[in-house]
Amino acid sequence: MSLSGDDQAVSTRNLTRKFGSFTAVDQVTMDIGRGEICGFLGPNGAGKTTTIRMLCGILAPTSGSGSVLGYDIFRESEQIKKHLGYMSQKFSLYEDLSVRENLDFYSALYEIPGRDRSGRIAEMVAMAGLAGRERELVANLSGGWKQRLALGCAIVARPSIIFLDEPTSGVSPTSRRHFFNIIQGLANQGITVIVATHFMDEAERCGKIAFISNGRLLALDSPDRLKATALDGWLVELEVAGGVNRIGDIEALPYVRECSLHGPLLHVLLESESRMASLEGFIGVAPRPITPSLEDVFIALAKRSRVAAGTDGV
Amino acid sequence: MSRILAVIKKEFLQMRRDRLTLGIVFALPLVQLLLFGYAIQTEVKHISTVVFDQSLSPESRDLTDSFTASGYFDVTSTANSYTAVTRMIDSGQAKVGIIYPPDFAENLKKGVPAQVQVVVDASDNMVASQAVAVANSIGLIKSQQVLFQRARLQSAPYDVRVRPWYNPDGITAYYMVPAILGIIVTMTMVMMTSVAIVRERERGTLEQLIVTPLKSYELMIGKVAPSIVLGYAQITVALLVGALVFRVPIRGSLLQLYLLTLFFITASLGLGVLISNIAKTQMQAMQMSFFVLLPSILLSGFMFPREAMPKVIYYIGAVIPLTYYLQIIRGIVLKGIGFPYLIGQVTALLIFSAIFMGIAILKFQKKIA
Ligand SMILES: Nc1ncnc2c1ncn2[C@@H]1O[C@H](COP(=O)(O)OP(=O)(O)OP(=O)(O)O)[C@@H](O)[C@H]1O
Ligand SMILES: [Mg+2]
Repeated sequence: MSLSGDDQAVSTRNLTRKFGSFTAVDQVTMDIGRGEICGFLGPNGAGKTTTIRMLCGILAPTSGSGSVLGYDIFRESEQIKKHLGYMSQKFSLYEDLSVRENLDFYSALYEIPGRDRSGRIAEMVAMAGLAGRERELVANLSGGWKQRLALGCAIVARPSIIFLDEPTSGVSPTSRRHFFNIIQGLANQGITVIVATHFMDEAERCGKIAFISNGRLLALDSPDRLKATALDGWLVELEVAGGVNRIGDIEALPYVRECSLHGPLLHVLLESESRMASLEGFIGVAPRPITPSLEDVFIALAKRSRVAAGTDGV
Repeated sequence: MSRILAVIKKEFLQMRRDRLTLGIVFALPLVQLLLFGYAIQTEVKHISTVVFDQSLSPESRDLTDSFTASGYFDVTSTANSYTAVTRMIDSGQAKVGIIYPPDFAENLKKGVPAQVQVVVDASDNMVASQAVAVANSIGLIKSQQVLFQRARLQSAPYDVRVRPWYNPDGITAYYMVPAILGIIVTMTMVMMTSVAIVRERERGTLEQLIVTPLKSYELMIGKVAPSIVLGYAQITVALLVGALVFRVPIRGSLLQLYLLTLFFITASLGLGVLISNIAKTQMQAMQMSFFVLLPSILLSGFMFPREAMPKVIYYIGAVIPLTYYLQIIRGIVLKGIGFPYLIGQVTALLIFSAIFMGIAILKFQKKIA
């Protein structure tokens, strides 16, 4: 067991995975405490799935080190498997088995004692909202139910940590909210939850967010602290007609750090609060100060990392 | 152990819902046996024959009768010229032509060798070789008779009689049905299990399985064990068809046949699961199965006797499980021999099972890439 990882649910040091010459996960160092919900946020191809797979012990890291629940991910991946639940990116239930048969199968794989089994399965069925539909084939279930059943299969053995890889992609917004309520319930019971997502509203509900882009961990903190600290400057909102065409002009201003389109509005990151007047003078519209959204934070972080890497050619 | 049982149960449930595969598994022995059993007639009889008799003598008629009496030749027409004979063979109306020269009877009486020309359509190899062999022996037998008569002997000094044991009437089905059974079982077992792991990989369920505490060997055993039941079901169907339709007598112990078949099934399953571990897609798995099944059919002694093969090919045949199973099943069904005579074959199949399964389990990593 690694020393640093004992009190942490997840702990990595320079964790790296290469596919050939391509680096999918690049020197990721992070600590995630027990009982936290940690969101992995990042664009397509950022390396979220690859990181999760390494932590679950189903993909060997190229270099670096890591531990999950104090078990080394290189040497003790089979130990970890007894205590983790995992929902892969495409929920992989057996479509030709019924709800009950899927749950039965996973309960048996985790060797849940016979006397606990039916109770545990009933609990999962209730959580998924599938009471009365136990004998239905999974192929006949629609997205939201499939997703909750997949979660049920992943947590039927009461793991201490669960990894959910984009669990809510392709399900309705109502189902997404319902699902997140369930996740929050699990975290309240002390289970560590790691969830990869594209959705900012889900990320807002996480205790911690890991921003990942191009395989690199850009930031790891609570949403509030990220909003308060990640932005180096003063964020304002502008309502300009034909805003898209003005982005270039605005970004060229010396006191503007960042300008991006958010629906009909422009978000502009100024050097400091005192620059608001200058901006109003330039554009002719009064800017309104706003608290940054996670998206703003993400854009700023991604830009900073591109600049740092010297790849900001655009 | 309980995890193996869980996998087995799951496989059975999935199998039960896969009606198409189940249908194929049961229909295969029926259809294959009926098709093969009737179609592969390696024995050639009643070959259509044309006779051009220029001698028109009692001697020539006597020899023609001997040809007909053998059962191999049916005189379907007569001709009155060489060209007519040629035409009939070219057009396929006859496969064999018998031509007596005008001086046939005279030569025979004079003691000069009397020539008979037997023309054989050798484009059908099977027919040709048998016709040539039979025609030769008829010529030999008739010559001897004539010689004995001259020497005033009542019977030939030597009387060699060949008695084909185990299958005295040379009934093809007796020989073929057990062999086809072997082919069907190995084909089904290899193909079904070869897609077993790949299918889960393609559907994404394998990723879910390998994050559970399930061990490699538990997964492999659990995946293949249910197929054993299918294998036995197939064998039962095939044996019933063999016994009821083709009247194949089962001379040895049925119990021993069932017991020894187990090792053949496990060897085939091992091969299938090994393929499943190597192949990346179900398509690849299917292609690889065909690739290993073809030599099984050609080199195992199913179609061609291995003794007649070049040494290299003969030894390749020795690393094919079906080779040994054919010896087992033909031995038990046709010869009525039992385990003591088949220890070598059973050992070979056990070794195959262990090697294939062993490599498959070692090769299967609980990793995604
Ligand atoms: N087995 C593999 N072989 C080669 N490249 C891979 C492999 N798996 C992932 N990659 C590459 O690594 C990068 C990171 O992939 P990953 O799936 O981890 O991203 P992600 O953040 O999960 O993206 P998404 O949001 O689309 O799921 C991608 O560019 C992907 O193409
Ligand atoms: Mg992903």
